[in-house]
Amino acid sequence: MTDHDNPYEGLADEGDDHRWAFGTGFTDPLEGVETSIPAGIDPEALATYCLMLGDDALIYSQRLQQWMTRMPELEEETALANIALDLLGQARMFLSRAAKIENTTEDKLAFFRVEHEYRNVRLVERLDEDFAELVARLLVFSTWRLALFERLGISRDPVIAAIAGKGVKELTYHRDYAAQWVVRLGDGTNFSHGKMQAALDSVWPLVDELFLPCTDPALDAVVGRAEFDVVLDTVFATATLDRPEVAARAGAAGKTGRDGVHTEALGYVLAELQSIARSYPDAEW
Amino acid sequence: MVSTAYAVAASVQDPELPQLTLADLGILRAVHEDGDTVTATITPTYSGCPAMREISADLVHRLKQAGYREVSVRTQLSPAWTSDWITEAGRAKLAEAGIAPPHAAPNRTAPVPLTLTARPRIACPHCGSARTTQTAQFSGTACKSLHRCDDCREPFEHVKAI
Repeated sequence: MTDHDNPYEGLADEGDDHRWAFGTGFTDPLEGVETSIPAGIDPEALATYCLMLGDDALIYSQRLQQWMTRMPELEEETALANIALDLLGQARMFLSRAAKIENTTEDKLAFFRVEHEYRNVRLVERLDEDFAELVARLLVFSTWRLALFERLGISRDPVIAAIAGKGVKELTYHRDYAAQWVVRLGDGTNFSHGKMQAALDSVWPLVDELFLPCTDPALDAVVGRAEFDVVLDTVFATATLDRPEVAARAGAAGKTGRDGVHTEALGYVLAELQSIARSYPDAEW
Repeated sequence: MVSTAYAVAASVQDPELPQLTLADLGILRAVHEDGDTVTATITPTYSGCPAMREISADLVHRLKQAGYREVSVRTQLSPAWTSDWITEAGRAKLAEAGIAPPHAAPNRTAPVPLTLTARPRIACPHCGSARTTQTAQFSGTACKSLHRCDDCREPFEHVKAI
């Protein structure tokens, strides 16, 4: 006898079959994890930092999911779905960590905040105009996040360290996937080369924001720009592409996504992400 | 000594790879038994693994069936799961199911190298041929990649070494 003879039985625990309309239900991703805050760490700063890392992954995952059914091949579709899923998993753990500190819930943070309360970088909220932009942004984001997570593996906060330690394995695949596509398109036909270069140029103004110091220096691990550039220059050289030389996109009065100052694009992402939860606020997931 | 609760928990199947038990996969980290109370500790394979909730529900269900009254399931994030924890028995079951088992996971010390070329070829679990092609870095689940054998032409999955 197996536990999976009848798939419908797996959709709900006993007595909560009303839930299955929303999926298979969710449990706290940090269930049983020791979440006390180490001495010397400011809880407010820790919550804010977790929101930043969680929001980057949440918003970007949503943007990647918008590609579902639009990818050029089934293999690319499953790849992107898995990348989006990894990021969603990371988002859930970071938001849960922040939620415990702020005495709220993961779902409230994901679905019931307004635009200026999100702390993600502006890079993750933009819309990909084409496949080249998709892989350009994925390369930039995963290269930066992988370097950051490698450092956060020794974070003073053991929960951040654990999430990052796991995330490194996932981001390694994300970066390789994006880099291989950038090489294939950059070193492809004249047409694909032109598209790939244009895509990099369009993403580049939002790269600088990744390297702004975020919050309490006790928590934040700053990735050196040089380390990031070394990886990208290797990809660009192999792909016969040029590193873009375009000015960084300014914030508003010096404020950017980390301060809650976003581009118009975030509104569209949130409208889609939050619509069901806001329409049925009492529903359980 | 292996407790009864451990034996029950260890025999629970993975929902995505039902050929394998939780023990085969190496995701069951500990089972603590005290009278009729059991705490099982599991570790996710990937951060977003949607099977974790099913695994947790299965553990509770099976342990309660076995007579334990209080059953809780805890998550342990660190150290992160590695495919090296898949047991020999688990590897044999994977191969039998037509899924190529993972090689040894890369030993990570400082900067993760960028891979721009195809990863090493994976032997076909159907015919044993080494002439295979990776068709996708991700398959039906995040933990597997998709390949095709250039000799017997069969597609197959491979559990990635992480």
